Amino acid sequence: MAMGTDMAVMVGDVIPELALLVGAVIVLLLALTLPASRQAWVAWPTLIALLVAGIATVALFGGEERLTFAGTYAVDAAALWAKLFILAGTAAVVLLSVPWFRKDPRHGEYYALLLLAALGAVLMAGAADLKEVLVAILLSSVTGFVLAGFHRRSSLSSEAAIKFYLVGALANTTALMGAALLFGLAGSTTLEGIGQGLAAGGEGARPALLLGLVLLLGVLGFKLGAVPVHSWVPDVAQGAPAPIAGFITAIPKVGAFLFLARLMLVLPEGVDWQPLIAVAATATMTLGNLASLWQDDVRRILGWSAVSQTGYGLMAIVGLGASSLALPALLYFLAAYVAGNIAAFGVIVELRGRTNLADFDGAGRVRPALLGSLAISFLSFIGVPPLAGFVAKLLLFAVAIEVGYLWLAVVAAINTVISIVYYVRVLAPAYLRTPAGPIATLARPAAVATYLATAAVVLVGLLAEPFVAAFSGRPLLP
Amino acid sequence: MLTIAILLPILAAIGVGLARNVSTGDGERRLQQVATVVAAVPLILLLVAWSRFGGSGGFEQVETVPWIPTLGVAWKVGVDGLSLPLATMTALLFVVAIAYPVDFRGRAAAYLALMLFLEGVSIGLFLAQDLFLFFVFWDVSLVAMYFLIGAWGHGDAARSALKFFVYTFAGSLPLLLAILALYLASEPRTFDMAELIRQQPLAGAGLYAMVVFLGFFLGFAIKTPMVPFHTWLPPAHVDAPGPASAILAGVLLKMGTYGFVRILMSMMPDAFADLAFPLAVLAVISIVYGALVALAQTNLKRLIAYTSVNHMGYVILGLAVAGVVAPGQEAAQRLALDGATLEMVAHGLITGGLFLISGSILTRGGTYEIAEYGGLLDRTRGLTVGTAVLAFASLGLPGLAGFVAEFQIFAGTLGVFPVLAMVALIGIVVTAALFLRMLGQMFLGPLPERWRSLPDLGRVVLGAIGLLVALVVLIGVAPALVLDVIDSFVAPFVAG
Repeated sequence: MAMGTDMAVMVGDVIPELALLVGAVIVLLLALTLPASRQAWVAWPTLIALLVAGIATVALFGGEERLTFAGTYAVDAAALWAKLFILAGTAAVVLLSVPWFRKDPRHGEYYALLLLAALGAVLMAGAADLKEVLVAILLSSVTGFVLAGFHRRSSLSSEAAIKFYLVGALANTTALMGAALLFGLAGSTTLEGIGQGLAAGGEGARPALLLGLVLLLGVLGFKLGAVPVHSWVPDVAQGAPAPIAGFITAIPKVGAFLFLARLMLVLPEGVDWQPLIAVAATATMTLGNLASLWQDDVRRILGWSAVSQTGYGLMAIVGLGASSLALPALLYFLAAYVAGNIAAFGVIVELRGRTNLADFDGAGRVRPALLGSLAISFLSFIGVPPLAGFVAKLLLFAVAIEVGYLWLAVVAAINTVISIVYYVRVLAPAYLRTPAGPIATLARPAAVATYLATAAVVLVGLLAEPFVAAFSGRPLLP
Repeated sequence: MLTIAILLPILAAIGVGLARNVSTGDGERRLQQVATVVAAVPLILLLVAWSRFGGSGGFEQVETVPWIPTLGVAWKVGVDGLSLPLATMTALLFVVAIAYPVDFRGRAAAYLALMLFLEGVSIGLFLAQDLFLFFVFWDVSLVAMYFLIGAWGHGDAARSALKFFVYTFAGSLPLLLAILALYLASEPRTFDMAELIRQQPLAGAGLYAMVVFLGFFLGFAIKTPMVPFHTWLPPAHVDAPGPASAILAGVLLKMGTYGFVRILMSMMPDAFADLAFPLAVLAVISIVYGALVALAQTNLKRLIAYTSVNHMGYVILGLAVAGVVAPGQEAAQRLALDGATLEMVAHGLITGGLFLISGSILTRGGTYEIAEYGGLLDRTRGLTVGTAVLAFASLGLPGLAGFVAEFQIFAGTLGVFPVLAMVALIGIVVTAALFLRMLGQMFLGPLPERWRSLPDLGRVVLGAIGLLVALVVLIGVAPALVLDVIDSFVAPFVAG
């Protein structure tokens, strides 16, 4: 085969990624040239870039599952689905951002950063190589730091960005050492090569392997908001611009979960990583839920709840390889979680950032539709049927039980009961108390995005079959 | 047709919830009339199903639509001799409860929507033939009841509602894990009840089966509730509005006992038989403890709430008797299971009625304290007769529904666990005493000055209570009307 066609095929595999990149450049150039009063216009090319990337992703479905770019990038069903979640979630965040930033005179470059952050998440989802994933994580992190601190005059926003940056810088640098160790042990940086190299390596290299693995898991845990590198999550949820809070607590997780799954699957027999993940899952969900109980700020509650949700998601990782339900459970969980998280933060955005728990008294009577969305997203987080979160939890529990981790399912069940308390702390006053006064909202695009995300929470749950069927029976590369 | 009985009230709930211009008294009344008519449709459909019921012993009139075939989940509903009486009783109680006057607090649309929604969900739970579907209805009913108690309750309603929700949700999660364990053990994997009953996936699984049993048991025991898992019940009942209390006691508690029969006894009979005796002991504790604590109550609703603990104890005792391995005692076991199932229906009608009446007493007198009342017999004939008949039915007077059920449970228990039957008799004696004392305090003696103008029950309430009373009497004198249907499930079940 000629070099030219080979290259063309490879480029064809990454059209979604190219669309995001080109879109980001166009958006940036437009932002530089447009006057301050027209900055919001660049939301259109941003949405178009996301749409093009989405169409290109859908077009890749049905093709052969394969590794491309010399084994460094996976084009499989899981990656394509993850990309769709990321693109749809990002599009919703764009809609949330338009009214939120209306009064910011120079926010055009915000959309360029958002597209690049989405690109980072997309690249993580497909990454099958350590160097590639590190670049993807850096892209996602660096844009995330800036986006979290985008409200330059807000001390909360700056504090969130600084904390996010400090934890992230540490995790990113140590991950480099972890990647170097694994490269040294396996003689390759592609996951395929690492799998073969480690399998051939024997028992002697185990301590170095474990060290490298833990260092790499550190940065993935950072992106996921898993204990012990979770501390930035509540601060970002509270301090970052509300649309971005919704983005950072959900979208990069999709990519990070996918790469975590790929990495775990190439580890050689005899490396018992499952207990490690199970312990991390336990610590993450428990700490997230317990910490959330004491918050009086709805966005901090959502932040800690995002931590606990990561803990639930890790249950799917524990079952990888041993349970055929594990990958469907992970993907379904991610779909339910992204939709629920965008809906919940969308309500906060539409309520003009209203976040003090005491300000929600009677809100359910003044804004029934919006608070209905909040209630639906919270009930989905709890796992009440027939919402998406219920099927997700059911699948996650099933995975844990199937692979013999009944105790983990029990821990998750206890955690779920604890979580009811803080979700109800928000919802009960909203419905059971009398309103204090009128409640202002933002312009329509944010409401549209919120209701679309809410509808997704309901429909993905009610019509679970096409999703469960699509997620089942597909291998995860490599 | 059964599907319509479930979905119609749920869909109607959305329409009612969006209704506008109901802030006036007239608008509220009209909307309530509409809701009552809608609520009556499932009752009619279930009566039609009853008339077509063949009593084959298996599931009949089954309707199936694949839902998540990849996971073996289907929308599958049908009836047998166990679910048909319970679903019909549920539909009836909802018609009465929805028609019942209540203080809407300016939110009639939301209240009626939640009640209709809960009706569809509750009927669905008893008709579901798929464990996934069963669990969906199980969990959703909690959410609806949470809002009913929280928004239209009195006293410390928000707290009671949260306690109810956390407790019962805490019970629903072990239930979910147990359902999943059963599902994962089945081959091919399915949530289909009939298929799981056929497969008996955990037969001979030893300790693992016990753990799964424990999960189911926790879920059902909290909901039923059995001592010591009952502490959510009194505050929820006391603070809930009358019709919601009636539904809580009449319908939601039955979901627990129904689960015992439908899932534990049917899908894990070996494990159930092994643990039947401890279960019977726990049931007797519930019977005696519930009765004694009820005796100590001065608050009318708390009193009725604790008699519910006592009555649910009878049901579980009957189930334990029917589920144990007792060669040669099949007749006694059949009697016990017939009685336990009938008790579920009878308790729904009787206690549902009592809670509705106590709601009316609260709106008239402003308190549940029994000692505050007296001599109401002269003033309010309808209220007195209704309360008296239901109270006598509850304490097991012959000729009324409660007697038939409890007699059969005791007769069956005497054959299998004679000592426990003797102990449980204490419960009957104490319940009789406390109801008679309550009737005496409230309705006999001199009428205090401040109740001279206490109004009697209105037309709607009299009709509603009258209907329940009539059914309680009817089942009492002609139990075969219901027992024949129940026995079509029980006889083959006990015969194995």
